[in-house]
Amino acid sequence: MSTQELVIPVAREIHTEPRRSDKVFRGIVTGGGLSSLAILGLIAIFLGYRGFEVLRQEGIGFITNSDWAISTDDAGNVLESHFGLAAMLVGTILCSLIAVVIAVPISVFSALFLNFYAPGWLKKFLITIIDMMAAFPSILFGIWGFLVLMPSVEYWAKLLHRYLGFIPVFDMQVPVFTRSPFVAGVVLAIMIIPIITSVSREIFSQAPLDRIQAAYALGATRWAMIKAVVIPHGRSGVIGGAMLGLGRAMGETVAVFTVLNIVFQVNWQMLLGAGGNVASLIILKFGDASPYEIKALMAAGLILFLLTLIVNAMANLIVKTTGKSGR
Amino acid sequence: MTTPHESENQEMQTSVKPSSLADVANAKAPKVPGTAALGTGLETRGVHAWFGKHHALSNVSLDFAAGTVTALIGPSGCGKSTFIRTINRMHEFIPGAAMAGEVLLDGKDVYAPGTDVTKIRLQIGMVFQKPNPFPSMTIGENVLSGLKLAQLKVDNKDDLLEECLERAGLWNEVKDRLGAHGGSLSGGQQQRLCIARALAVRPQVLLMDEPCSALDPGSTLRIEETIRHLSDTMTIIIVTHNMQQAARVSDYTAFFLSDGGPGQMIEVAPTSEIFSRPQDSRTESYVTGRFG
Repeated sequence: MSTQELVIPVAREIHTEPRRSDKVFRGIVTGGGLSSLAILGLIAIFLGYRGFEVLRQEGIGFITNSDWAISTDDAGNVLESHFGLAAMLVGTILCSLIAVVIAVPISVFSALFLNFYAPGWLKKFLITIIDMMAAFPSILFGIWGFLVLMPSVEYWAKLLHRYLGFIPVFDMQVPVFTRSPFVAGVVLAIMIIPIITSVSREIFSQAPLDRIQAAYALGATRWAMIKAVVIPHGRSGVIGGAMLGLGRAMGETVAVFTVLNIVFQVNWQMLLGAGGNVASLIILKFGDASPYEIKALMAAGLILFLLTLIVNAMANLIVKTTGKSGR
Repeated sequence: MTTPHESENQEMQTSVKPSSLADVANAKAPKVPGTAALGTGLETRGVHAWFGKHHALSNVSLDFAAGTVTALIGPSGCGKSTFIRTINRMHEFIPGAAMAGEVLLDGKDVYAPGTDVTKIRLQIGMVFQKPNPFPSMTIGENVLSGLKLAQLKVDNKDDLLEECLERAGLWNEVKDRLGAHGGSLSGGQQQRLCIARALAVRPQVLLMDEPCSALDPGSTLRIEETIRHLSDTMTIIIVTHNMQQAARVSDYTAFFLSDGGPGQMIEVAPTSEIFSRPQDSRTESYVTGRFG
């Protein structure tokens, strides 16, 4: 032991000099990571730039009003224009919520079935089928929804209206059941089932084996084990998958356009054949729009883009605040 | 006596002569089996186990008297863990796993058709090598989780909670924080929590698969004390790589060995005899540390 008093040194700076190969690889992956950010940023700038004029003119009315009218003189000069997205935004949210409410339970149950109940051969077969569903063109879902689903959904819609009509969203004044947000929501639900199923299946399959065994060793049935171990573990992942599905549902264009009756009036009654959807509005108006109206459509795109960002941010928040306990 | 495959064992593995292990085994209070008012116990008859085509365990017949502690010792890969997992039917969770023979609990075959396997696992509890509390549950919820999982009803949950934690030797350390999460405990405490959890469903048999191998010596001693206390009311089977532990806690010791083929049970005897005058030369070589 030294008799001198111990001098506490200043903490040393620690340097790491990565090898050149590591630097190169770092550059490549950084480029990959930043490119998605750059593409997204450029799209936002493009939409903002093209839509700026309309946004400035309409102000907050662009998201609170519900009319879409433009009149031009013979030379093509704009005489009068009113653009408002409220009905389309409400419709977008309504359709995608219907889709998520229908799709999440189905997806979670299929994921649980695939992981814990299906025999090996059936599991492989069903996973292939579900992945194929994800790659299926959305126009075909739309046509199927229009030709096949719509006539039969009408029956269910009438049932819902008759027995649950006291709940505002199931109520309706005018008996027009076809081309409703409900039909669009069902079509969207079918389109987002694959992604939610696949995310849920992945997270459920990572449920820790030692805790699964612990539950079984305590006399748990399979369902009791799933409730005690697998669902707490997978909850945040399922929410994440549901948000991915919600994002896809909000951005879906052509399938909704095929089945939905677009009406410029805010409508929360999901069974009524009048709805809205921002992306479908764009496809509806884009074909014969004047240059000024195109700018309005770009602004609509920007609003949809922001709505998607907000939903994703909320999803992250939900996952962060509820997800920790299960791990 | 530490061998390569036991190197993960950080328990008290000092080099001891077999005579001293026998002394350890003799130092315990003598146990008269079957004094407690228990069932007739547990018996295996000609148990074989396979993983796919691999024959892992061959023809194990053992009798576990009620209220005794039996240690299963032997080198790694000799089928000890596989054997205890056939007893509470955890073996069948491994894809491709198969078994033959009979496991009799109170004279009834646990593999008989029509047996409710969840009831079997309630009667035959298990503690695993690695502590595995449920992280989403509090300490209290963990202890009582078996009741919820098996949908059992209890009149006074608080009494049961205290009793189980007391018996597992954990009550004093956690009584003020039963609402904390199970993962906030140390490894040794987590393992005692898992023991308390296994006790809450009142099993008649408790299987322990190297319960101390991931723990420090202090926690190991506490769990060994717990095992001695528990053996008054239940039958305990413990797999261990630590021969001192076998000598300290068990009434009977069974030696398992694989000669390249399936694992076999070589010899079973009262623990003091296994460590002082084993009948089989291979048992003697193992307990004296000549191989393993």
